[in-house]
Amino acid sequence: MKTLTEEVVEMVIKALEAQKSSSNEKREGPSLNIKFSEYSEIGVLNPRNRDSIVRAQAITPARIGIGRAGTRMRTSSYLRFRIDHAAAQDAVRKDVNEEILKQFNLPILKTIAADMDTYLMNLDAGRKLSDCSAEWLEKNIEKGNQVQILVCDGLSSSAVESNMPDLLPALIQGLKLKNITVAPPLFIKRSRVWVQDHVASIVNCDLIISLIGERPGLATAESLSAYMVYRPNEKTVEADRTVISNIHKGGLSPVEAGAYLSDLLAKMLISKCSGVQFSQKRYLETN
Amino acid sequence: MNWSIQLKNRHFQFSSLKEVLAKSSEEKTGDKLAGISAVSSLERMAAKVVLSEIQLKTFFENPVIPYETDEVTRVIYDDLNQTIYREIREWTVGELREYILSHQTGLQELSRISQGLTSEVISGVAKLMSSIDLVMASQKMRFQARCNTIIGEERRLAFRCQPNHPNDDPEGILYSLKEGLSYGSGDAVIGINPNIDTVESVSRLLHMTHEFMEKWKIPTQNCVLAHITTQIEALKKGVPISLMFQSLAGTQKGNEAFGLSKSLLDEGFELMKRYGTATGPNLMYFETGQGSEVSLDAHLGVDMQTLESRTYGFAKHWKPFMVNNVSGFIGPETLYDGRQMIRADLEDLFMGKMHGLPMGIAPTYTNHMYADQNDQEMAGMLTTLAGANFYMGVPGGDDVMLNYQDTSFHDDASLRELFGLRPLREFEKWLERMGIMENGKLTEIAGDLSIFD
Repeated sequence: MKTLTEEVVEMVIKALEAQKSSSNEKREGPSLNIKFSEYSEIGVLNPRNRDSIVRAQAITPARIGIGRAGTRMRTSSYLRFRIDHAAAQDAVRKDVNEEILKQFNLPILKTIAADMDTYLMNLDAGRKLSDCSAEWLEKNIEKGNQVQILVCDGLSSSAVESNMPDLLPALIQGLKLKNITVAPPLFIKRSRVWVQDHVASIVNCDLIISLIGERPGLATAESLSAYMVYRPNEKTVEADRTVISNIHKGGLSPVEAGAYLSDLLAKMLISKCSGVQFSQKRYLETN
Repeated sequence: MNWSIQLKNRHFQFSSLKEVLAKSSEEKTGDKLAGISAVSSLERMAAKVVLSEIQLKTFFENPVIPYETDEVTRVIYDDLNQTIYREIREWTVGELREYILSHQTGLQELSRISQGLTSEVISGVAKLMSSIDLVMASQKMRFQARCNTIIGEERRLAFRCQPNHPNDDPEGILYSLKEGLSYGSGDAVIGINPNIDTVESVSRLLHMTHEFMEKWKIPTQNCVLAHITTQIEALKKGVPISLMFQSLAGTQKGNEAFGLSKSLLDEGFELMKRYGTATGPNLMYFETGQGSEVSLDAHLGVDMQTLESRTYGFAKHWKPFMVNNVSGFIGPETLYDGRQMIRADLEDLFMGKMHGLPMGIAPTYTNHMYADQNDQEMAGMLTTLAGANFYMGVPGGDDVMLNYQDTSFHDDASLRELFGLRPLREFEKWLERMGIMENGKLTEIAGDLSIFD
């Protein structure tokens, strides 16, 4: 005779096994392919003037005309919001796909931020190369070129992944056509903008440009910024940097950005400055 | 000055009030980044015990940032009621906590002692309070203010309609504004964050919102959240402004980084009294939030919560219509996750009310923080329970200009329904005339921006 406990244990084991086998089994029946539109739709039931809502949604990326369920969001607009947030969070926390870095032969350098938490919470950690990377750079980089390009994950790996394939070739080609010497680009993992000052101090270039993933919004997680600075030193402040932001498919396209940035860099080389000083010089020249 | 204490066979020592305050704070990444937080959980408790035994006069006599070198300290001390302070200066912070929570203490009593408390004491007592403590104490206090309309009345909850657009497109802003109003959001203010901070661009948006309010006879106030100097210029040119905005910090150094001083705020307030469009007497709208001083490198070794409290002590001087707390806007280097954000919201609402301010809360999160919509909604419900005067209203909770998440028009309407709260008095009548609301409930047509066609 089995005890009650034994019987219960046996039942649980059987149930667990049944579950296991059913999850391993190939499911029978038709497979359903769920289609979900990632673009906003008109969710207002019986609007007084539907054309107004069509116009409104065309003119602003704000989540309007989405309707409601009681006072809450409708299912699809709620899910769309959570999808965009999920994509933004992944963009921050995931590493850049190394295949893409290999494709451009980008050496992978690191900052002193040993992990994602340190990187996010300690701003200074993302601004300094690790000893090992600094040493490598000292030994291996071609020094004394006019321009050094850095690819930085910043706060969005998706921005690097989606923009590099078009942006990097366009930028390098643009510079070479102008007979500007360019050092081989570098990738720096868990890096912030100011790491460019540290790199510049080692590679001895005139201009350094960081292509860095921006803090993602819900509208896009792929937006990238370019920060440029002429011969940074310990006195360099934010106003000495020139920044071009909003580089992504829906903003300044990566190909256009490459051409635009190479023109801008060429002008900075002539003016021998960047940031506010550079804008003022250009303003005086054009007025 | 220094304090030492034995706890669980360990010895702890603190050598300044600043250190006791910083180490008794609940865990937050910004204080860690500044290198001033407790290094263990037990050290945090040791600091709390020491804090509970310190008399209020010790705080008064030892400001965390000297009176001589800091304008914020000067405003706080110069505005303090010395008579009320003398009545309570022998109390310890622990006794103050019990006084606040006592059944015998109500709005009258709290409003009175508030005039004799320095901001550091208010920060200190909050560090001895749990979530329910903070909510119960906050519930006792409601402060009203009047601009065109009255905010802060019992059983009413207001919202700022925040119809931002990435390039300030007036037509795009107008659509988001219409959507917000159709959900009953916009009674606190119609407030736009501009992307372009120039007098021309800001003036265009102020004219547009003013004309829209006139056309539809909407009882509310307009505001564009540009830098105060831009608004002053616009005002001097006769541009219609009913509420003047500015972000504030808790140290002079922080305010200087914002391009701000007491005299500039005085100038703005005086000009609003003379040239603003509103009835008043409350004509200013301030935004604050834990962590701004850390990110501006202007914290001077003081913890984020205490600096936030000092910001309220400073803000109070200009009798604002709204003080909006935006803790969570900066990122994980100041508030790491939803838990730290919710705690900061509860502390800030309590501390703001202890200063007698008409407080609102923006439970916000950025995409690089470890927080999500669920955390934000919890913070919204808890602070409504604690009696916040207002929240923001952002289309779908997604601010497409500032790139962060805040309470949505849907959340606004839901918070009112959940707690049985009504819009501000005049605005409710307007919503009824428009057919958007009946007996405090949204009607079928609510949520349709095309009703303004």
